[in-house]
Amino acid sequence: MDILFQQIINGLVQGSVYALVALGYTMVYGILGLINFAHGEVVMIGAMVALTALQALLAAAFAPVLAVLLSLLVAVVACMALGYSIERIAYRPLRNAPRLAPLITAIGVSIVLQNLAMMIWGREYHSFPLPFNSISHHFGGAVANDVQIGIVVVALIIMLGLMWLVHHTRMGRAMRAVAENPAAATLMGVNINRVISVTFMLGSALAAVAGFMVSANYGIVHYYMGFMLGLKAFTAAVLGGIGNLRGAMLGGVLLGLIESLGAGYVGDLTGGFLGSNYQDVFAFFVLIAVLVFRPSGLLGEKLAERA
Amino acid sequence: MTPPSDHLIELSGVGKHFGGVIALADVSLHIKQGEIYGLIGPNGAGKTTLFNVVTGLYQLDSGSFDFAGQRYTQCKPHLLAQAGIARTFQNIRLFANMSALENIMVGRHLRTRTGIWGALTRNAAARAEERATVQRARELLDYVGISSAHQTLAKHLSYGEQRRLEIARALATEPKLLALDEPAAGMNATETVALKALLQKIRASGITVLLIEHDVKLIMGLCDRVAVLDYGKKIAEGAPEEVRRDPAVIAAYLGGEAA
Repeated sequence: MDILFQQIINGLVQGSVYALVALGYTMVYGILGLINFAHGEVVMIGAMVALTALQALLAAAFAPVLAVLLSLLVAVVACMALGYSIERIAYRPLRNAPRLAPLITAIGVSIVLQNLAMMIWGREYHSFPLPFNSISHHFGGAVANDVQIGIVVVALIIMLGLMWLVHHTRMGRAMRAVAENPAAATLMGVNINRVISVTFMLGSALAAVAGFMVSANYGIVHYYMGFMLGLKAFTAAVLGGIGNLRGAMLGGVLLGLIESLGAGYVGDLTGGFLGSNYQDVFAFFVLIAVLVFRPSGLLGEKLAERA
Repeated sequence: MTPPSDHLIELSGVGKHFGGVIALADVSLHIKQGEIYGLIGPNGAGKTTLFNVVTGLYQLDSGSFDFAGQRYTQCKPHLLAQAGIARTFQNIRLFANMSALENIMVGRHLRTRTGIWGALTRNAAARAEERATVQRARELLDYVGISSAHQTLAKHLSYGEQRRLEIARALATEPKLLALDEPAAGMNATETVALKALLQKIRASGITVLLIEHDVKLIMGLCDRVAVLDYGKKIAEGAPEEVRRDPAVIAAYLGGEAA
């Protein structure tokens, strides 16, 4: 029972991160019909920038809490600029090209960003210098530390904020309008290029926060960390129904839980034949199952939430 | 030569082709401030193409297009919307999964300013603007006569209501020119009469109306002037009664049998 509870906590933490990243995939898909495969690398760049900023701030003897908040802010701003630039340089010239062209470009951007990060930050694993002890709290037999609780709470606040933004503000309405019918939206005076830029910047800001969370949780930053995380988050977006905001959140949390419970119990279920190192297999098993049995995802038909 | 100042729209020598198909050939016409101007012609005559040129969805291949004294020959649709041209579509293009009220609020996009920072900080200006937007959207729903439907998703409205909502959404952009592409299509007789009254009300409020319509009775009873297109060319223009008697129009539009 304790193990079950512990795996649920782990799953929620991991799922919160997946959800934030999946939102970036799903928002861009909702508006452009493009799978932005470079999105995972934006998460990685966010983590790297946060690492550098945090090291510099701590070296300059900033108070720990202030250093953490400022480095997060620096990472968010840097990723927003990066997301804007990626769209402007790599995707906008291909707006009217066949759909395969921007998809291949996205993979290209992903490779470029990875290698750029490798040149700047090197190939080694960096430890993430979180300037305070993350105290563990016991809930029954399960344990959750400050960082893990913080991840779930912050992710929840951000997701509620995003839903509010999309449903109750002028820019959110414009985003939904463009997603539903670009021609009609532009005739209402909506500047489509601006809406697309804002969408990329919002998605990238969420990616930066996610990058910071992963780094703080595992204490490790590496130039390759965005690749697998990006694929998993993409899986989460497809699971929830790509293009659907609530779907991305639901898919993220579910995928986190499936992975964590799968990793926790696969050993018992197979009599020790398979171990928890098969964790990654579950995500992609889910992806295949969704594509076979429910290609539109769990919430796929309710296009009302597209943004 | 500058066009007379009461000309809201001035098209001269407008041409548009798609590959080898000539959709518009050397069409010149003007629409005066405050009139209801009808555009008729057989299917495929180029009426909707002309609409798309006027609203910026198509770039014209030759000729020029002036609106309110400004040249807009090559222009993005959202800038033309800003200049004061709004339209509805032949096949209704509402934001199907947004409520009626939200559809109109999108129409207010152009005349509101709150950016992402205003929205995030919820400052006084942003809150006041959002309230004003909701208020104006409700007024417009009331104006076109579907105020009871404000929370209904656009896709769940009846056909006639969707047409009205599309007009309300266009009006929300505060246009000088309202361009309607077959607004009476698919409406029953009662709905058409109500539509006619609505269009007269809109014109009385100072908005110029450009109307494509197949319903000849509606055109004849409503328009100040009518132009007839056939195979991309303007074959007649004038008061409805004159145009109706024009032999070229009778030949083209009614298949020649009445000649």
